[in-house]
Amino acid sequence: MVLVRRMEERLGDLHKQGKTRGPIHRCDGQEAVGIGGTAPMRVTDTVTSTHRGHAHYIGKGLDTRRVVAEIFGRETGYSQGRAGHMLVADVEKGMVGGNAIVGAGIPLALGQALAHQLHGKGDVAITFFGDGAAQAGICHEAMNMAGLWKLPIVFVCEHNEYGLTAHARYQSAVQDLSIRAAGYNMPGVKVDGNDVLAVYDVMTEALERARAGEGPTFIEAKTYRLVGFSTSDMGGYQPQEEIDAWKQRDPIIRTRELLARMVDESRIVAAEQAAIDECEQAFETALSDPLPDASAAFVPEYVEA
Amino acid sequence: MARMRYAEALREALRNEMLADPTVVLYGEDIGIYGGVFKVTKDLQAEFGELRVRDTPIVEQAMTYMTVGAAMQGLKPVLEIMYADFLPLCLDALVNQASVLPYLWQVKLPMVIRTQGGGGSGAGAQHSKSLDAMVAHIPGIKVVSPATPADAKGMLTAAIRDPNPVVFLEHKLLYNTSGEVPEGDYVVELGKARIVREGTDVTILANSKMVLDAEKAAEELEKRGISAEVIDLRSLRPLDTETIIASVKKTSRAVVVNEGWRFGGIGAEVAATITDQAFEYLDAPVCRIGLYDRPVPYSQPMEMAVLPDAEKIVAGVLAMDGRAG
Repeated sequence: MVLVRRMEERLGDLHKQGKTRGPIHRCDGQEAVGIGGTAPMRVTDTVTSTHRGHAHYIGKGLDTRRVVAEIFGRETGYSQGRAGHMLVADVEKGMVGGNAIVGAGIPLALGQALAHQLHGKGDVAITFFGDGAAQAGICHEAMNMAGLWKLPIVFVCEHNEYGLTAHARYQSAVQDLSIRAAGYNMPGVKVDGNDVLAVYDVMTEALERARAGEGPTFIEAKTYRLVGFSTSDMGGYQPQEEIDAWKQRDPIIRTRELLARMVDESRIVAAEQAAIDECEQAFETALSDPLPDASAAFVPEYVEA
Repeated sequence: MARMRYAEALREALRNEMLADPTVVLYGEDIGIYGGVFKVTKDLQAEFGELRVRDTPIVEQAMTYMTVGAAMQGLKPVLEIMYADFLPLCLDALVNQASVLPYLWQVKLPMVIRTQGGGGSGAGAQHSKSLDAMVAHIPGIKVVSPATPADAKGMLTAAIRDPNPVVFLEHKLLYNTSGEVPEGDYVVELGKARIVREGTDVTILANSKMVLDAEKAAEELEKRGISAEVIDLRSLRPLDTETIIASVKKTSRAVVVNEGWRFGGIGAEVAATITDQAFEYLDAPVCRIGLYDRPVPYSQPMEMAVLPDAEKIVAGVLAMDGRAG
């Protein structure tokens, strides 16, 4: 979580310096969902993410340097700079992947779950999506089929209260999206998305259910986006008192407090520093990596058999 | 060789590939117990089980996404979209995922979307279109449209084995046509046109059911002393430019026939290709024959009036040299 937060902050700073291209969607405040949610997964479990996927990428074990390199369009990035930050993937690690079409990861994961079911190895498809995507027709279509066919899939709604700039109260007929699970014949679990252990626990249970062939689970993780929709967001719609209240519940602060009751302060400081150093090293290396040659864009249209 | 209907040839390809490869699965509406609206998947669920032949809800958008997801994870799904008119619901998954993910992530997407289009059966404005051009516009997707039972089998076999996404366009009026089909393992390479009939005066380029109309037109033209070469494009993307250009260089005249709308259509693409590569060989502008640029009307006289057919192809050829009527 510390590494991801540092990454978001560095990206924000570099954006201000004009060193990034295109919008960047930071997940400050939401790290516990991505990190706690991915921690109990197998490498062979597959994850579909969103346009706000940095915590999912890091949590699923991707190399921070290659993620950052992709964000900066470098040759060493996961897609040699063809993808950018919203579409990072590492098939080997089961990250399949970020997606910049809102809701797209949900039915993609459904297909992956169909494959897992047929392969019979006990792997699970997990899809992270926002409360905005939860309103899309394809979300309903996919959840219905998942419940109908008892597929090994976990739906994780990262409810950060805003879909773009509009609050959920302007987008959803219900406050708690997890109640919709009843309509798909699957359990709906509401969890404090800023409590990394709570997220870990509900995900562990959902994965076990899926692996045992008992079907899908809908997890609704209540969290909050502490920064704008993207780096191009000019703000003004998130009340300051709302932001301040959620800052009190920052998952990193809460985890630190929890750990302080369990281990020596110096170990916490050392762990945080190690994460920050790793992130800094990744940025330093990635930013000095070469840009790809323009010819890398011109690949054959089709893959060979 | 065995004589069979187009629908049976498709079924044979599906069944053979399912027998040979346990990762081949079928998804679609009414394809299970019912065997498909056009009976292409008849009895396959009974043979291969519900996990490999899935009846789905009526949700083309999520189904197409699901097919992409399954293909990413080691399956070879064949999705049936009941009518080509529903392809717009599939477009997001095709344009934004199937086309994009292999380019970005080096993943293979061995998936096939089978669908059928075309008019002439009184199915109305939302069940009679040919949207070939719309899908052929997308890079990274192959688009093919067999006209004969033999090609139906050989090209569907090739499509299922292809590591790229393939949109496989059938035609509702072709399912009951019959022809000789090679037995056993039969593959027709995707991306190759077929010379249906040789000629010297004009090249008629067509696909799907329009190949049959082009053949009729060629017979009629022969009576008038015009020797028409008929080429079945078969594959719209990639286009077999080599065969097209070689024929046009020989005949110096080209007519492109496609059952979809003319504006921004297959005819426009083929005409531009001919102009690019064989302009100096042309004795007349390339003629495009397609669906009148409106929705397909229901009532028979109106429907027949807007659809391309042999008569309109003959008229088009005659008009090229100012010999109309």
